[in-house]
Amino acid sequence: MTSTLSKHASPQSTHGGIVLAGLTKSYGDVLAVREIDLSLAAGETVALLGPNGAGKSTTIDMILGLTRPDGGSVALFGMTPAEAVTAGIVGGMLQTGSLIPYLQVRELVTMVASLYPRALPVDHVLDLTGSTAFADQATNALSGGQTQRVRFAIALVANPDLLVLDEPTASLDVEGRREFWAAMRKVASQGATVIFATHYLEEADQFADRIVLMAQGRIVADGASTEIKSMVHRRTIRLTLPGVAQTKLSELPAVTAVERRGDSWILTSADSDTSVRGLLQSYPAAHDIEVQGAALEEAFLALTSDTNTNTNIDTAKEGLTQS
Amino acid sequence: MNHSTYLRYELLRSFRNKRFMILSLAFPLVLFLLVGGTHRHDMFSGISFPLYFMAAMATLGSMAAMLSSAGTIAADRATGWMRQMRITPLTDRAYFQAKVVTAYSRAVLTMVLLGVAGVLLGVHLGISGWFTMIGLLLVGLIPFALMGIVLGHVIGNDASAPAVGGLVTLFALLGGVYGFQIATRGPMFDFIRVLPSYWLVQAGKTALHGGSWAPEGWIVMGLWTAALIPLALVTYRRDTDRV
Repeated sequence: MTSTLSKHASPQSTHGGIVLAGLTKSYGDVLAVREIDLSLAAGETVALLGPNGAGKSTTIDMILGLTRPDGGSVALFGMTPAEAVTAGIVGGMLQTGSLIPYLQVRELVTMVASLYPRALPVDHVLDLTGSTAFADQATNALSGGQTQRVRFAIALVANPDLLVLDEPTASLDVEGRREFWAAMRKVASQGATVIFATHYLEEADQFADRIVLMAQGRIVADGASTEIKSMVHRRTIRLTLPGVAQTKLSELPAVTAVERRGDSWILTSADSDTSVRGLLQSYPAAHDIEVQGAALEEAFLALTSDTNTNTNIDTAKEGLTQS
Repeated sequence: MNHSTYLRYELLRSFRNKRFMILSLAFPLVLFLLVGGTHRHDMFSGISFPLYFMAAMATLGSMAAMLSSAGTIAADRATGWMRQMRITPLTDRAYFQAKVVTAYSRAVLTMVLLGVAGVLLGVHLGISGWFTMIGLLLVGLIPFALMGIVLGHVIGNDASAPAVGGLVTLFALLGGVYGFQIATRGPMFDFIRVLPSYWLVQAGKTALHGGSWAPEGWIVMGLWTAALIPLALVTYRRDTDRV
């Protein structure tokens, strides 16, 4: 396989990155992906983070050329997904799928490797994915974690410029996850562009240069891991404080939203320490103060409901224009 | 690109699948040894019964070998393997080559084993007789190879085993594998004669009598092949086309 490396290496593969423009897909009445725009530089490791139903898998299927978009386009290093896949510069690990039976692990990986013009040596990939120990076992006699490693090996053996992984650790335990990402790091450090979908913030935070947060088919946030983490790590502060104006409370440092419940208030804060300090300085009478960390799911909901509101306003406007 | 590695592992996984081999290999072989063995010295339509029955069972087994491609294809679709293959550079040509070569290898193995069993039971056939029979069977199997692929791409995994088994039985019965024709004239006979199974069975029979297909046979087989090639391509692409 290595002998064919120079002959088939694609000259286009080093130019440009990944560009999704106005990507849209619906299934019946369900808008799975709504006009996504996203640009990735070659060599970036990007996490698509979002809850189930956010549109991550649909987006990934369109990147891989498995699903035809209703609108918009995908360019992989200046090529269509079909061209890039045919050129053998894309490796993918899909969310579901089992291995074919009646072959041993090494045989299966060799079979897949033979399809790629510049595949990596099979033994190297088995080693990298931690599959060497069970390389001679039948594919239908593997544990869940072992199966996942072999699926990773199949994606990796292509020696791809773009590696796409759809929830690669979904079926793994903590130890399996740790080992998976250790292998992943080695791969990413070799210069491939990596896109992976996950609903674990920790994974996105630890392994991606950049996090793209998706909810209800839209990109609701896009930035460096640290930025997204602070967004997602919003806290709520509950307190009781009679006789104060809502606008006064919203002026407190780091407070992003204020909600009234009789004499009680619920403040949303991007930095609860700063907000509480400010609160007690200005209003020493505030009492029954509780600070709660918003779980990832809540953060998604918060971001999602923002999007919903926008949609409703848009729809209302359209309705007005039409009448 | 060279697809020999891909083909090698497709063959390997096919031959390791014991369940698959039962319908196309063990069943006709056992039937031949049992029935052919107990009627070793009988005659049937002018030739020795074991010779006739050997040809009939080779026809049955090789037809089953062809149609059983549907089983692997349906399973590959159900388990997501076909989707995984869609994101590799696997070409249409390599795919069809692997499927057809695998099916023919199973069929040839069946014929060889039945031939050996036949010789052991005292079957006599001249060199040209063997060549004509095997040659005609190999040509006659072309539509069945395509049918196996089409079936695999349109049928669900659960339904594939009964569908293949049922189709083999039906074709065998209509084609006259078991030595009798359901009809010898009238509309039913006309219908049977436009099926490839009739001519496949005739391939075995006529070769034993030193003949080949009537022109009608070549036309029927040619038309089935011409119709099934685009159908196989369309059903395969529907499952695997890249965007």
